[in-house]
Amino acid sequence: MAIAKALPLATVPSPFLARRRRQLLLAVPVFALLALLPLLVRDVYLQNVLVLTLMYAALSQSWNILGGYCGQISLGHALYFGIGAYTTSVLFVNFGILPWGGMLAGGVLAVLVALLLGYPCFKLRGHYFSIATIVIAEIGLLLVHNWDYVGAAMGIQWPFGPDSWATLQFARDKVPYFHLALGLFAITWLVTWVIEGSRWGFWWRAVKDDTEAAQSLGVEVFRSKMAAAAVSAFFTAVGGAFYAAFVSYIDPESVMSFRFSLLFALPAVLGGIGTLWGPAVGAAVLIPLTEITRSYLGGNGSGLDLVIYGVLIMLVALARPEGLLSLLPRPRAAGEGGR
Amino acid sequence: MSAPLLEVRDVTRRFGGLVANSHVSMEVRQGEILGLIGPNGAGKSTLFNLIAGAFPPSAGQILLEGRDITTLPGTARCGLGIARTFQVPRSFDSMTVLENVMVGAFVRHPRAHAAQAAALETLDYVGLAARAGAPAGELTPPEKRRLEMARALATRPRLLLLDEVMTGLTPSEAQKGVELVRRVREAGVTIVMVEHVMEVVMPLVDRAVVLHLGEVLAEGSPQQVVRDDGVITAYLGERHRAA
Ligand SMILES: Nc1ncnc2c1ncn2[C@@H]1O[C@H](COP(=O)(O)OP(=O)(O)O)[C@@H](O)[C@H]1O
Ligand SMILES: [Mg+2]
Repeated sequence: MAIAKALPLATVPSPFLARRRRQLLLAVPVFALLALLPLLVRDVYLQNVLVLTLMYAALSQSWNILGGYCGQISLGHALYFGIGAYTTSVLFVNFGILPWGGMLAGGVLAVLVALLLGYPCFKLRGHYFSIATIVIAEIGLLLVHNWDYVGAAMGIQWPFGPDSWATLQFARDKVPYFHLALGLFAITWLVTWVIEGSRWGFWWRAVKDDTEAAQSLGVEVFRSKMAAAAVSAFFTAVGGAFYAAFVSYIDPESVMSFRFSLLFALPAVLGGIGTLWGPAVGAAVLIPLTEITRSYLGGNGSGLDLVIYGVLIMLVALARPEGLLSLLPRPRAAGEGGR
Repeated sequence: MSAPLLEVRDVTRRFGGLVANSHVSMEVRQGEILGLIGPNGAGKSTLFNLIAGAFPPSAGQILLEGRDITTLPGTARCGLGIARTFQVPRSFDSMTVLENVMVGAFVRHPRAHAAQAAALETLDYVGLAARAGAPAGELTPPEKRRLEMARALATRPRLLLLDEVMTGLTPSEAQKGVELVRRVREAGVTIVMVEHVMEVVMPLVDRAVVLHLGEVLAEGSPQQVVRDDGVITAYLGERHRAA
């Protein structure tokens, strides 16, 4: 066609792959600077907030893989978080297996559960899928509550021991946990970045945008959902393992309540669903806010923090449905070739 | 004479009480452009959906080069070389134009680098290369139709199903569309196109099948079809009788 002939291919220099290179080049200094943050923040309470912020950034990034990229909105990821936390705790306390092994075992177990549940659940559409995830996670919570081997309602207390990177126990110093959480977030970020550039990433986004059109273009819809669920569940369980080591005491409510499922979804929704940095931006706003309100208002059970999330999300939904990240100029526009 | 590329055998599709396709039989020959025409609601898009595998027929069979594909899902049919556009364009709006086309290209090129190269080539082919980096949601309606074409072509189909790709285009845009369809056919792709703008289709197609109320009303060369009495009363109306 005449228009096309007038524009040699050279004027469109690989816009997609070029954008990916830029994303990676930006990420390196961001992670490097984050790693230095404990030098500035010496206060232990604030360090604690930073650890939680990074942990939720990683967990929300994991949730984002299924919810943001593949469009399957799970509100039951507390189940995988609990699987990670409990597997690690049981293996460590009862068998002396180091949390590093528990992390891996919990992740693998979560993948198996996700695939098993995905089989029936991914036949459901939209809200029905979300409701099913809530119900299943609540059933999981009830089961753990009544399961004596894992401590039932009492939970599991990790034994006291010396500070060590082997057991991931650091009684006084929060900085190692900070770097662990940062590492976890960096890994989930990198995994997301790699997937974004692969066929899986394209398939997932196609499934999210228009399942029927995706199918007509050769996208394996069911396999896409299963793969996204598996990756998402794995890293959520790894996050659960980290959390168990961090707090060294878990019980059903403290790792498997619905609150966690919300806390994994909300940062991504707030920051920008289906984006590389959305979950981190959302967590950076949401987690300090909830921690601060919690310490001012005291106690855990008031539920006021949940009200705050709700209000925040409603504001974002009304003013910026695409999340806080969309306030920035779109880097994507730079890839617009030929002009 | 070789076997037809596609054969539709006595296919019926019901939606509740409504019969959208009733005992439809037809064939698509290798290398031809077949026009599928008929008034709105005749069942053309439904037949496309059945051929592409969006949903199964209530009865009947669909064969690709003699192989029964009636129960194959759409994904697998795409792999076998059937691609389609949608009457109402359905772009992936969280993606750029290039990324949309890459989705199609991944069918033949599992690696992103190769898929991108193939997608850029296809965009160039349909005349959308200049918009490669634009968000798909920002395209004008004629550009969206081109994107639909590019995405389908990127899957390297043998059979391309075009659902009203000319509708709503200005005469000069439509002329470019016609040229594009011709070029695609010359590249060896067999085409079935649904259109109800007869002026556009008739000079372009080798054969035409007329659907009316879900049934095949007539079939033949464009000249035969426009002279068919049943077709004239059912579909063409006064506009064409006068001509
Ligand atoms: N998914 C569907 N559910 C219910 N009815 C449908 C569906 N698709 C098409 N129909 C009905 O089938 C008939 C044929 O529609 P369609 O195939 O779109 O016709 P055409 O493309 O020739 O205009 C119409 O009456 C339409 O309302
Ligand atoms: Mg139609």
